Amino acid sequence: MHTFKAHEIRDKIKSKELSSQEITKAFLDRIDAVEDKVESYVTVLADEAMKAAKAVDEKIAAGEEVGALAGVPMALKDNLCTKDVLTTCSSKMLYNFRPPYDATVAQKLKKADTVLLGKVNMDEFAMGSSTENSYFKKTKNPYDISKVPGGSSGGSAACVSADEAAFTLGSDTGGSIRQPAALCGCVGMKPTYGTVSRFGLVAFASSLDQIGPLTKDVRDCALVYDQIVGYDPMDSTSVNREYASFEDALTGDVAGLKIGVPAEYMGEGISAPVQKAVMAALESFKGLGADYSEMHLPLNEYALPAYYMISSAEASSNLARFDGVKYGFRAEKFDDLVDLYAQTRSEGFGAEVKRRIMIGTYALSSGYYDAYYKKAQQVRTMIMQDFDKAFETYDVLVTPATPTTAFGFGEKTDDPLQMYMADICTVSVNIAGLPAVVLPCGYDENGLPIGLQIIGKPFGEAAILNAAYALEKTISKVKPAL
Amino acid sequence: MKYETVIGLEVHAELKTKTKIYCGCKNEFGGEPNTHTCPICTGMPGTLPVLNKTVVDYAIKAGLAMNCSITKYGKQDRKNYFYPDLPKAYQISQFDLPLCRNGYIDILVDGETRRIGITRIHIEEDAGKLVHNDYDGTSMADYNRCGEPLIEIVSEPDLRSPEEARIFLETLKSILEYTEVSDCKMQEGSLRCDVNVSLRPEGQKEFGTRCEMKNINSFRAAVRSMEFEQKRQEEVLSGDGVINQETRRWDDVKGVSTVMRTKEDAQDYRYFPEPDLLPIIVSDEWIEEIRGTIPELPEQRKARYIDAFGLPEYDAFLLTSSKKTADYFDETVSLGAAPKTVSNWLMGDIAKLLNDKELESGDIPFTPAQLKSLIDLIEKGTISNSAAKKVLNELFNNPEEPEKIVDRLGLSQVSDEGELQKMVQEVMAQNPQSIVDYKAGKDRALGFLMGQVMKLSKGKANPQVISKMLKDALDQA
Repeated sequence: MHTFKAHEIRDKIKSKELSSQEITKAFLDRIDAVEDKVESYVTVLADEAMKAAKAVDEKIAAGEEVGALAGVPMALKDNLCTKDVLTTCSSKMLYNFRPPYDATVAQKLKKADTVLLGKVNMDEFAMGSSTENSYFKKTKNPYDISKVPGGSSGGSAACVSADEAAFTLGSDTGGSIRQPAALCGCVGMKPTYGTVSRFGLVAFASSLDQIGPLTKDVRDCALVYDQIVGYDPMDSTSVNREYASFEDALTGDVAGLKIGVPAEYMGEGISAPVQKAVMAALESFKGLGADYSEMHLPLNEYALPAYYMISSAEASSNLARFDGVKYGFRAEKFDDLVDLYAQTRSEGFGAEVKRRIMIGTYALSSGYYDAYYKKAQQVRTMIMQDFDKAFETYDVLVTPATPTTAFGFGEKTDDPLQMYMADICTVSVNIAGLPAVVLPCGYDENGLPIGLQIIGKPFGEAAILNAAYALEKTISKVKPAL
Repeated sequence: MKYETVIGLEVHAELKTKTKIYCGCKNEFGGEPNTHTCPICTGMPGTLPVLNKTVVDYAIKAGLAMNCSITKYGKQDRKNYFYPDLPKAYQISQFDLPLCRNGYIDILVDGETRRIGITRIHIEEDAGKLVHNDYDGTSMADYNRCGEPLIEIVSEPDLRSPEEARIFLETLKSILEYTEVSDCKMQEGSLRCDVNVSLRPEGQKEFGTRCEMKNINSFRAAVRSMEFEQKRQEEVLSGDGVINQETRRWDDVKGVSTVMRTKEDAQDYRYFPEPDLLPIIVSDEWIEEIRGTIPELPEQRKARYIDAFGLPEYDAFLLTSSKKTADYFDETVSLGAAPKTVSNWLMGDIAKLLNDKELESGDIPFTPAQLKSLIDLIEKGTISNSAAKKVLNELFNNPEEPEKIVDRLGLSQVSDEGELQKMVQEVMAQNPQSIVDYKAGKDRALGFLMGQVMKLSKGKANPQVISKMLKDALDQA
């Protein structure tokens, strides 16, 4: 039962073929069975989930109207605020933090009558590409538990991949949904900036962060997106517009679709199996009536440095509030106010978070602002123009999602730059605020999934989801053997 | 060597919007600690600010009233620093694109108009406050004030004395009151200022090194801190010393300022554009709409009082410097009272009583209609001027209709001719010598007889009426 997809569960519950309590119990059993190996959860809410499932079943039995995803069990990344439920950002700093309010997405999923199974692991404050930066645990890749699940939404991806939830939400600042989705063989989408409210997402880099779904297939991705998309007056950066159903837009028809393949993503640094799988997928697209050709995004090489400047600068400010005064961790010993700050932040943050705070603080310092932060913002504008130009010719762009398949624990932890390269295929999409979906397009010689990324125009989610939907049908998926 | 003082001010005024600048919490003074708060204004993780449009309206209104140009494409920035009263560890403010720029205010100094430049006006959020417990050394944070909307008004260094600065502050305060964007209550902290002072040898063009004074909680404290700083810098310079650029903390109790931080350890606030908020785009239509809501300002009102009512400039200036007083004046005059009479009452006895009772100017506890009645009672001769002062006192203590007060205190003058005639006859009968003296041309005799009648009437006789009666009676005697 735990292998059911979200839309299957939805339909079965609707037709009363399945109760929410049965499916919730099935997922809780699955968590009991594999969580020791996968370690995707920070918090499991077994009792609360069963209670919520019972409430849904009662509503259905009473003939009351229920939400669009009634009874579907899911999990949220631990940087999405959930009222009175631990929201740790996988940091010692927030080890005991229970928000007094729900994130807008959490509220929306509550309204849709989903069942919250728990909160899933991540790199501390969403900084990392392997989930090794979690203060609590190391989440494993379900396809090979000696490999990382990717990050920062590694818990979200591993959880879905290991069938420990029907779907999860993650957040994506530079690839944090798409890179782990690729490494764990699931579907993940980073929507257009401003389409999903960020209210209640503990901010890493405000101008880049976006919440999105991680799911078992493309249809699930569309239907979850249908539930979380939309204008929110609580988020000033949320875009006020109407959205038609993305699930309904899945036709699988890609005839005449013009696909651009940026050469910059297919060359040096991209492993042979990944290149091969992506090329094969492009041929499949051709077989479906789409057309692809190589093109260039010349400024793309500057995306990664610009990303690290902007995201670190914003993070240095966003994370300043964690000072031991109001909530979360506070150092036991300190001499005075300044020492309280210093001790709390030294002990409460992990190495990567401290590294980014230092980079960001430096980049914003007077005398350096123009050379770093301002320059990075200028690069950002130019990269956006690069994409604008590309979309004059192409409907969507296709790239590998990651340079390689999943890597081993500790393989890149000693070399931050090596780790940062894991996001090389995904960051420019955040820089430009564009939507992009990742789905498995094959497996390497060790059976590890290979992800393909489809990038769309602003608000072009329907187009990329439909393209992904078409391609998905040509791929034979392999489940992880846990 | 003689030195010229150069002063520039930074004034923070709290805007009296209904809600805070970035959340829906009530914008109210006081309340139990941390009761006017929510996850947004206390900076809980994951929360986001949403700009209260009224704050922009008010800031633009203040800017237009101070002759500023309005920034069409503005933005908000983060000012980063750590302090326990600032829960996000950054203050949302405006750095390089303030809402209003390049304005001015005209002030009246010794009868002459001086034009003082306004460099900029920007919007920002207030911080909370810390309550220190001196007994156990702990500090508590109260976040009620967090997110209350402020405008910071920065003047050009155009002021040349503490007195000029005081007049500037008074004028600024009256503009903010007139435009109704701020309560300007110093004691509630809704108006605060930082002061920049430098000295330069008279005739020199370049400015001297300036020092900034913080922790100033009243106009009086502002003036005292400037006087102190003026003197301090003059002594340093006269002794061939050097002024260090520094920030000083004013201690109003001790009447001295001390160094808070020097230029070397000036904070780097690492300003950058607030990514959680969109740019503030102001259309011409919006500006015009706001311009339409600006009432008559003190300057215009002053001119009207001089032109339409023939008031002396001094009266007009004093009356209009407080909007409440001017509104009170206008209402009383509109009820038919003579403008100069009303002005005399407001600037004289009423102002004195307000001052004695430590009330703010314009906080008059009785209505303009009651003042009009009081004036009528005097003009009709029902009460004497001295009785009127008693009525006024009563109006401050137990405001009710002046007629009732007159009755209650038995203050009405006797103007009944029959009764007065009797008293006149009685007094004349008792004082024949005075009649002789009067006939002999001794005017003092009339005064004496007047006094006797007043005494007989227990002070209630209408002096004008009895003076005439006595003269008539004496002439016939």
